[in-house]
Amino acid sequence: MIEVVSAARCVACDVCVKVCPTDVFERGPDGVPVIARQGDCQTCFMCEAHCPTDALYVAPFSDPAPPGSPHADEAALGPALGAYRRIVGWGSGRTPGSRADKNHLFTRRVRVVPERPED
Amino acid sequence: MTGALDTDVLVLGGGPAGTWAALAAASAGARVVLADKGYCGTSGPTASGGNNLWYLPPDGPGDARARAVESRFEQSGRLADRRWMARVLDETYRRVDDLAAWGYPFPEEDGVQLRGSLQGPEYMKRMRRRVHRSGVTILDHHPALRLLVDDWGVVAGAAGLARQRAAAPWTVRAGAVVLATGGCAFLSGAFGTNVDTGDGHLMAAELGAELSGMEFSAAYALSPAHGAHTKGLMMQFATYTTEDGAEVEVPDPLTARTRVAELLAAGERVYARLDRAPRDLRAAMREAQPNYFLPLDKAGIDPFRDRYPVRMVLEGTVRGTGGLRIVADDCATTVPGLFAAGDVATREPVSGAVSGGGAYNGAWAISSGTWAGAGAARFGAGRARPRAVPAGRAGLEPGALDPAEVVAAVQAEVLPLDRNYFRTRAGLRRSLARLDALWRRVAAEGVAGTGRDRLRARQAAALTAHARWSYRAALARDESRGLHRLVGAPTRDEYEHRILTGGLDEPWTAPEPPADPRLGPPPVPWSADPVHESPGALA
Ligand SMILES: Cc1cc2nc3c(=O)[nH]c(=O)nc-3n(C[C@H](O)[C@H](O)[C@H](O)COP(=O)(O)OP(=O)(O)OC[C@H]3O[C@@H](n4cnc5c(N)ncnc54)[C@H](O)[C@@H]3O)c2cc1C
Ligand code: SF4
Ligand code: SF4
Repeated sequence: MIEVVSAARCVACDVCVKVCPTDVFERGPDGVPVIARQGDCQTCFMCEAHCPTDALYVAPFSDPAPPGSPHADEAALGPALGAYRRIVGWGSGRTPGSRADKNHLFTRRVRVVPERPED
Repeated sequence: MTGALDTDVLVLGGGPAGTWAALAAASAGARVVLADKGYCGTSGPTASGGNNLWYLPPDGPGDARARAVESRFEQSGRLADRRWMARVLDETYRRVDDLAAWGYPFPEEDGVQLRGSLQGPEYMKRMRRRVHRSGVTILDHHPALRLLVDDWGVVAGAAGLARQRAAAPWTVRAGAVVLATGGCAFLSGAFGTNVDTGDGHLMAAELGAELSGMEFSAAYALSPAHGAHTKGLMMQFATYTTEDGAEVEVPDPLTARTRVAELLAAGERVYARLDRAPRDLRAAMREAQPNYFLPLDKAGIDPFRDRYPVRMVLEGTVRGTGGLRIVADDCATTVPGLFAAGDVATREPVSGAVSGGGAYNGAWAISSGTWAGAGAARFGAGRARPRAVPAGRAGLEPGALDPAEVVAAVQAEVLPLDRNYFRTRAGLRRSLARLDALWRRVAAEGVAGTGRDRLRARQAAALTAHARWSYRAALARDESRGLHRLVGAPTRDEYEHRILTGGLDEPWTAPEPPADPRLGPPPVPWSADPVHESPGALA
C-alpha cells in the first residue's frame, strides 16, 4: 500500500491525485497530497511510476505497514522512492523498460503446456 | 465535467477495450466521450500488469494460425468458436501494427521487433495520448452508475458522479454506448483489479441484457502472501514446499496450481522459491516481469534463494471468462444500442471455458474494442434519441445497509477456495441462499452512503449480482469444465454448450440455443485472409 509522500521532494503537481485509479489521495492545504483513503489502495504502483520527482513510496504489502515500520519511514527508504519509475524507464535520459521486455523467452515454454499459468 | 453532454458514442471504461473502442468510433467519424471510474491510462489490470498477447503474424510458417486455432479450440473445453478465434488473431495483429506505427517501444531481436507483449504503464499511457489526440473527450474519475434508455427501449447514454468534483452528478446522452468496464474481481485486491466491480454487468442486466459463461468465474492467481501481485508467468520456475519443508509433488510447476490450491484450502501454508530458474535467465526474468520482482525486492526477499509464502487471490471474471452475451460481429449485446468490449463481455468466443488471462484477454480487449467502437459509431451517429431517462435501481438511492458489510458478505461466499475454486452442489446452493437473501435486502432496504460513497453503494449491489449469476450458472453446469471445478463431477459431453444467465430479482439460467440454421453463417466483413475464408476448413 501507499505509505510515503515526501514533502521534501513533492512539487505539488497533482499528478498522483489524478492518476491513482482508486482515488486514494487528496490535495493537501499546501498542495502536497495527503493519503486520504489508504484502505482503497490496490498496491498497483501506478502513482510511483508517474510521480515526476520520485516523491512516493508504495510498500509491497496489501495491508498498512505497522507503526514504526521502515516501509513508512522516508529516511530509511532513501533510494527506494521512485523505484518503479526507474524500471518503467520514464524520466529524462532513460530508455523505456519495454525495450528490454523479455516475455517472449518465457511465454514460449508455457505455450506447449495445456493448463497454462496466466500472465 | 458536471451537468450534461451530448455525443454520438459514449464509452464507459478506459482500459484497453475502452480506448480501442474510442479510437475506432472516432476514426469512423463519430463524436466520442469516454468516461472512466479511475484514470484512463492507469486504471485496470492491463495498465498495472501488462499483457502477453495471443499474437500470430499471418506470414508465419505454414498454416500457423489455423493450427493455433485448432489446438486452442480443444484446450478451450470446446466452447470457443473457431471463426471468432481467427477474427481475433487477425484484428489483434493489425491493431498491434498500429501501435508499432505510433511508436510503441517494442524490444528487438536481430533487428526484428517482438510484438507479443505489452508493458502496461507504457501501453496505456500511449493509448490515452492517442485517444486524446483523436478528439475524444476523456472524463477521468467519472464512474458511471446507470444507463439511460429512450422511449423505444434503446440505450441512450449514462449518468454517474464526478468523484473529484464533490461527487457532482453528470449525464451524457449518446446515440450508442460501449460498455468496457472490465470484469469483476470482487474487490479481492489483486493489483489493478479493484476498479473492476461488475458495474457494467449490473447496468446492462437492469435493461434485460443476457450474460454467458458466468460459471467460468473461479479464476484465482498465486501471489506472495504479503501482497497481491498475481503475475504467474515466473511460477514456471517455482519449487513449492509446505511448512515442514517437504516439496509439493507436481508433474510440472506449470500445472501446480490446483495442488497448491488444495493445500491452501486445507489450511496449510505453502511456500514458493524460484530455484528452477536457470542462472543465465534470471536477469531476463526481471526485465520481463518487473512488477513481480519489485514487490519482492521491496520486501527484502530474494525469490531465487529464499522461500516465501504464497496465497491465491480471486480474480473472478477478470481472468475468468464470463460476461455479457455478444450476439453480433460488432459486439452488440442483447440490448439495442449497447455494445460490450473486453472483460465485461464473455470471452468464450476465444477462450471457451479456460482462463482468458495470459493471452486471449489482451487480444480480445483490442479486437472486441475495435469492433464495438465501430459498431457503436454505425448505430449511434446522428440517431435521434427522444426523452432518455435513467434506468436501474439497486444501490442507487441511499438506504440502510452498510456497503462494507454487503461487500464482506459477498466476499465470504466467493473468496474462500473451498467455496469457489472447489465447488460442490450443496455448497453452491447454500451460498446462493445467502446471496439471494442479501440481494433482497439490498433491493428492499437500499445501501447507505452519500456523495462519493454512492459509488461504494452501487458497487456493493454489483458484486452481489455478480456472485449470484456466477453461482447460478455454476449450478446449471452439472459437470467440471475449464475454470468451473465441481468436485467429483467429470466433464460430460451433453454439457458442450454455453450457459446463459441474467435477471436480478428473478435470476434465470438457460442453455444457449443453437445458432439458427436459416440465418446461415454470419457475414465476414473483416478479412480476405485465406485462413478465414472458410471456417469449415478448420473444423
Ligand atoms: C495480474 C494480471 C495479469 C494479466 N495478464 C494478462 C496477460 O498477460 N495477457 C492477457 O491477455 N491478459 C492478462 N490479464 C487480463 C487483462 O489484464 C484484462 O483482460 C484486460 O485488462 C481487460 O481489459 P478491459 O479494458 O476490458 O478492462 P480493464 O483493463 O479492467 O479496464 C476497465 C476500465 O473500466 C473502468 N470502469 C470500471 N467500472 C466503471 C464504471 N462504473 N464507470 C466508468 N468506468 C468504469 C475501470 O476504471 C477501468 O479503467 C491479466 C490480468 C491480471 C489481473
Ligand atoms: S505526483 Fe509526486 S510531485 Fe506530483 S503531487 Fe504527487 S507526490 Fe507531489
Ligand atoms: S499504488 Fe495504485 S492504488 Fe495505491 S495509491 Fe498508488 S496509484 Fe493509487
